[in-house]
Amino acid sequence: MAKIMAGVGCSHVPAIGVAMDTGITHEEYWKPVFEGFKKSREWMKKQNPDVIFLVYNDHCTAFDARCIPTFALGCGAEFQPADEGWGPRPVPAVKNHQKMASHIAQSLVLNEFDITIMNEMEVDHGLTVPLSVMFGDIKQNDEWPALVIPLCVNVVQYPAPTGNRCYNLGKAIRRAIESYEEDLNVIIFGTGGMSHQLQYKRAGLINSDWDKRFLDLMTEDPVGASQITHLEYLRETGSEGIEMVMWLIMRGALNENVTEVHRHYHVPASNTAVGHIILENNA
Amino acid sequence: MTEKEYDKIPGTIVFDADKSREGYHLNQFCISLRLQKNRDAFNKNEEAYLDAYPMSKEQREAVLKREWNLLLELGGNIYYTSKLAANDGINFQNLAGQMTGMGVDSYREMMLKGGRSIEGNRDKSDWGED
Repeated sequence: MAKIMAGVGCSHVPAIGVAMDTGITHEEYWKPVFEGFKKSREWMKKQNPDVIFLVYNDHCTAFDARCIPTFALGCGAEFQPADEGWGPRPVPAVKNHQKMASHIAQSLVLNEFDITIMNEMEVDHGLTVPLSVMFGDIKQNDEWPALVIPLCVNVVQYPAPTGNRCYNLGKAIRRAIESYEEDLNVIIFGTGGMSHQLQYKRAGLINSDWDKRFLDLMTEDPVGASQITHLEYLRETGSEGIEMVMWLIMRGALNENVTEVHRHYHVPASNTAVGHIILENNA
Repeated sequence: MTEKEYDKIPGTIVFDADKSREGYHLNQFCISLRLQKNRDAFNKNEEAYLDAYPMSKEQREAVLKREWNLLLELGGNIYYTSKLAANDGINFQNLAGQMTGMGVDSYREMMLKGGRSIEGNRDKSDWGED
């Protein structure tokens, strides 16, 4: 049977992708950001996952204002990196485990999570940046080392799904994955955050104390984290900090007790606090 | 209009269903600039290009004048308006420098020093607003 081995929380700042794509990660500004992912890349090699279930948000690329699904599951064979206005990122297309994705889609709906099924979809930095930071440089004509099942969450138009809903969806995703009969190692990613506000007069807000407490809760008290209100996210972590609800989907798919094997936190990357955590399911 | 619980957060516009409805054509115009062929057409003749999007007169003026904060007040969302900024060669950080009124250099400096503190930035009363 398929099994979820671990969860990864990770910011997806577009500028991090640009830094990798333009080869400036050794510069003073970027060094501390990437230093914190060295251990993660070694860990990824050791884990050698077959499939990554990747929770992220689209930034009005695949979904502009015409259509705003709260949860959309990628079920197509592959997903091309999108042109977000400055050309597509020079990274490989993302290949799906299509059979498993279909199984998950069916299982989720029968478990009363009525997701949208996407058979055609381009993916933006929200999905490709976490893959890049965790796998390192992968050439465009190469392949990502794992298959990827994307789950896209609306966090652009208020309200995003509640933390509680996300946490419970994570549990349903786990049931779906672990009822799939092929023996596969699966790692689940929750991406986005941490505190940041990109817009209007309060832009630039960073709340490090809050972010660090959230990382603590990810390890020690996920149920507590699932009860954080939208108002608290908006006020304390900035209008875009609400992306952190996506980490709760990842966390819901893990055991209540986990082992934190790595953590990284750095300010700033462009306008954003970079946060990262690796949690292993205790055997 | 009924007050919303997040209305008290200073310097922040929450892009909710009301804003989304108000800003629909404005945002769809902005996102069209994701593609080079559309940017070329817009840059060739802004007024003519905007005719295809039935936005309000006020929104149209704010686009032409690049009034970044007003665009958000009128229903624009940052992930959309940032495409108009990118067309002008303005990245997210420099756009934030303009929206905050700080200017690019002081904004960048603030971010390097750990960003804008949450202290004094939780409630409109902190900013001397209602």
